[in-house]
Amino acid sequence: MINESVDKSKRQFLTTALTVVGAVGTGYLAVPFLSQMQPSVKAMAAGAPVEVDISKIEAGQLIRVAWRGKPVWVLQRTPEVLATLTTLDNQLSDPQSNQSSQPNSSKNPARSMKPEIFVAVGLCTHLGCSPTFRPEVAPHDLGADWKGGFFCPCHGSWFDLAGRVYKGVPAPTNLEVPPYRYITDTQIIIGEEEKAA
Amino acid sequence: MKKLLSLFLLVLSVNVFASGGVQLQDADIDLTDKVSLQRGAKSFVTYCLGCHSAKQIRYLRVANDLGLDEKHVLDDIAPEGAGIYDQLHSAMNKHDAEKWFGTQPPDLSLIARSRGADWLYSYLKGFYVDKARPFGVNNAIFEDVGMPNPLWQLQGEQKPVFVNDGERRVLDKLVSASAGTQSPEEFDKTVNDLVNFLVYVGEPVQLERQKMGKYVLFFLFVFLAIAYLLKKEYWKDVH
Amino acid sequence: MNLKPTRLRMCGNWVLDRFPLAQVWNEHMAHYYAPKNFNFWYFFGSLALLVLVNQFVTGILLTMNYKPDAKFAFDSVEYIMRDVNWGWLVRYMHSTGASAFFIVVYLHMFRGLLYGSFKQPRELIWIFGMLLFVALMAEAFMGYLLPWGQMSYWGAQVIISLFSAIPVIGDDLALWIRGDYVISDATLNRFFAFHVIAVPLVLVLLVFMHIVALHEVGSNNPDGIDIKKSKDPWGHPVDGIPFHPYYTVKDVVGVAVFLIFFATIIFYMPEMGGYFLEHANFIPADPMKTPEHIAPVWYFTPFYSILRAIPDKFAGVIGMGGSIVVLFLLPWLDRGKVKSIRYRGGIYKKALMLFVVSFIALGYLGTQPVTPLATIMARIFTAYYFGFFLLMPIYTRWEKLKPVPSHLTTQPTLEERIPDMIAVFNEVIETKSVTTEEGTTELKKHFNPTGAKNVLIRTAKNLKESLD
Repeated sequence: MINESVDKSKRQFLTTALTVVGAVGTGYLAVPFLSQMQPSVKAMAAGAPVEVDISKIEAGQLIRVAWRGKPVWVLQRTPEVLATLTTLDNQLSDPQSNQSSQPNSSKNPARSMKPEIFVAVGLCTHLGCSPTFRPEVAPHDLGADWKGGFFCPCHGSWFDLAGRVYKGVPAPTNLEVPPYRYITDTQIIIGEEEKAA
Repeated sequence: MKKLLSLFLLVLSVNVFASGGVQLQDADIDLTDKVSLQRGAKSFVTYCLGCHSAKQIRYLRVANDLGLDEKHVLDDIAPEGAGIYDQLHSAMNKHDAEKWFGTQPPDLSLIARSRGADWLYSYLKGFYVDKARPFGVNNAIFEDVGMPNPLWQLQGEQKPVFVNDGERRVLDKLVSASAGTQSPEEFDKTVNDLVNFLVYVGEPVQLERQKMGKYVLFFLFVFLAIAYLLKKEYWKDVH
Repeated sequence: MNLKPTRLRMCGNWVLDRFPLAQVWNEHMAHYYAPKNFNFWYFFGSLALLVLVNQFVTGILLTMNYKPDAKFAFDSVEYIMRDVNWGWLVRYMHSTGASAFFIVVYLHMFRGLLYGSFKQPRELIWIFGMLLFVALMAEAFMGYLLPWGQMSYWGAQVIISLFSAIPVIGDDLALWIRGDYVISDATLNRFFAFHVIAVPLVLVLLVFMHIVALHEVGSNNPDGIDIKKSKDPWGHPVDGIPFHPYYTVKDVVGVAVFLIFFATIIFYMPEMGGYFLEHANFIPADPMKTPEHIAPVWYFTPFYSILRAIPDKFAGVIGMGGSIVVLFLLPWLDRGKVKSIRYRGGIYKKALMLFVVSFIALGYLGTQPVTPLATIMARIFTAYYFGFFLLMPIYTRWEKLKPVPSHLTTQPTLEERIPDMIAVFNEVIETKSVTTEEGTTELKKHFNPTGAKNVLIRTAKNLKESLD
């Protein structure tokens, strides 16, 4: 039934052409189908920057605000805490925050724009649990080495009060610092970065 | 057979929209006219948003689609205190609405899709003085509607002219009773812009999908051409 | 090609040794011999499969953002249309796909009526197909409630109330289906479950059975001849060709044409003038207020018309159900000795033509408000609808059959018909050279009444001849 005169190369060419065009079309169709699973405008609206009044936070106190549905901590650190932070470097795995995620304005040992106010996303960089705030020094359950910090109950990761991770725990990097900036001295906005000067 | 066919044609000729003596007027809808849409948005917030919401659309979307920057929309169009991500909510609460109007004014997000542009255009121009109604106005398109005329200062007042059609008194046309702050031509334009905006709000993606359709169809024709050639090539075998 | 036993090939062989993929492919594609004379009407089976896949994919995506809750359903659909990335495209593909499904399936069923595809030995294929049709109607009906607009709500209200017409158990049955005294959140929630899980599973199973049954007995064809009767020395039917590649490449052409229509609707007229997406369905469901004119979506209107035509609640429901039940009985109602309409008597041709007219007329009437005249028309067409099926055992016996050829015939293809079409066009639209005032000659086209009359008379004669 197949003719002798069949032009095999033409068939091959057309088959390839049709396959390629079909694949391109399917690819274009896949873009909307996949991107419809991206955050919608509603999710972006819920993830809009939030303003936080920091004038009411007492020294040593931590408040939690929601940004993009995540807990964000705002901590007022005492001078003693800040003094302790400088002594911990050799126990930490990334004291200079080179492997960690933070805006440039917070890439310093205290990991904040102003040393006393510390802002961080309260989710462990290991597997996303929210660590507990344990400012006390050498509590009964955490042992004598505990200098005050954040303890993740899920898998036992330790962070200091600048969110820097200790050596020998599961978490790979320091806690993430979200983009934020000061609107006034007593108000910050989380989710917006300092505009580049 | 012939009888059947003629009967069938007779049924076809029975017009569905046989009711009402007033004809709908044609709205001039052009969603590419950004200036018209911007004016419509401003009118909508000024005259409609007091009672009606358009909760399916956000100020952000309006800003993006109408080519305005976000700050301009918040300062100039949106009511005070609205955020850019907010939907076009009305300030009136449900309880007050039911007290004042006996019902909750409908959300207008999809009004252009359920009613059509021409209906909206004619309706907004169709208010006339009727002392028997609670708000002193009636409407030529939507009889005994429970809504006052929000645009009366612009349009002025209209009076109805009735004619007798046998037993029934039928509304024939509306004539101007007092001038408004806008001339009739200006007012037509205001209403048209407003309806244009409502059509946009009904389906903000309209322009985008029409633009995209061209490329999709072009692609499909290319695909068809290759598929056809391939089919022909293979079917040479078949005798 | 010289294929070396690469690692990839070995992996492939490992699978093939354990799974009969090649066998399945050969049995249903490469070595499935189909008659070589499939025409236009044979595209719609593969297209139905394509639409089914479209509905599955877009349906799954919609489910990710839709909320089956009476409070949120309507807004969640608009949320998909506006806030979800590309949600509008997915939704329009799904809503247009629903209508496309019925267009394709109605044409597919009509093909069966034309060429006797339901007749012995393909009765079971027809039965599975009809079960598919019923499942599809259930799927579409329940899916239509989900947007929770006025038409969704009141359409469901009317259709579920049909069940209450059944004597004795009717009211309890309707209550049980709704799960409430009216259509409510409970109804919406269970319809969602049926629409996204239960009925799709049934559809997939039935499609499988439909195709397995088809491939067991082989495809029918426009001549209605059994191609297995004459085989070549290798045991392949002389008039058959392997489904792959011949019909796969042909079906791809059909798919391309279909997608052009499909995309045109999605991108330029997704409401299709209120037939695919009804205007009143853009108003949220309001249990206190019925819209002035309610009509089901277009694909249900023929059956809805039959319901309205019968002036008794219970009889109406029976009539509507009966109009579907008679379709199941078709293989046993038709006593004609040949399959294809090409060799059947004039009486079947005329009966089928009138059936198509009455089906379309019932469909149209179902979209219109009730008037006394419309009701009379609907009754006439309903009587005809049932007459076509129920009188079939009688009138198909008197058929004067034409001689059936022993081999498949070849009909002119579309390309071969083009010269004739151009000739007809030239007869109706004359081209004359006209000398203008400036002295130049221009070719002007204008309508030629005598030519048009001749064409009309010829067409009418041909039609009359073909109906004998």
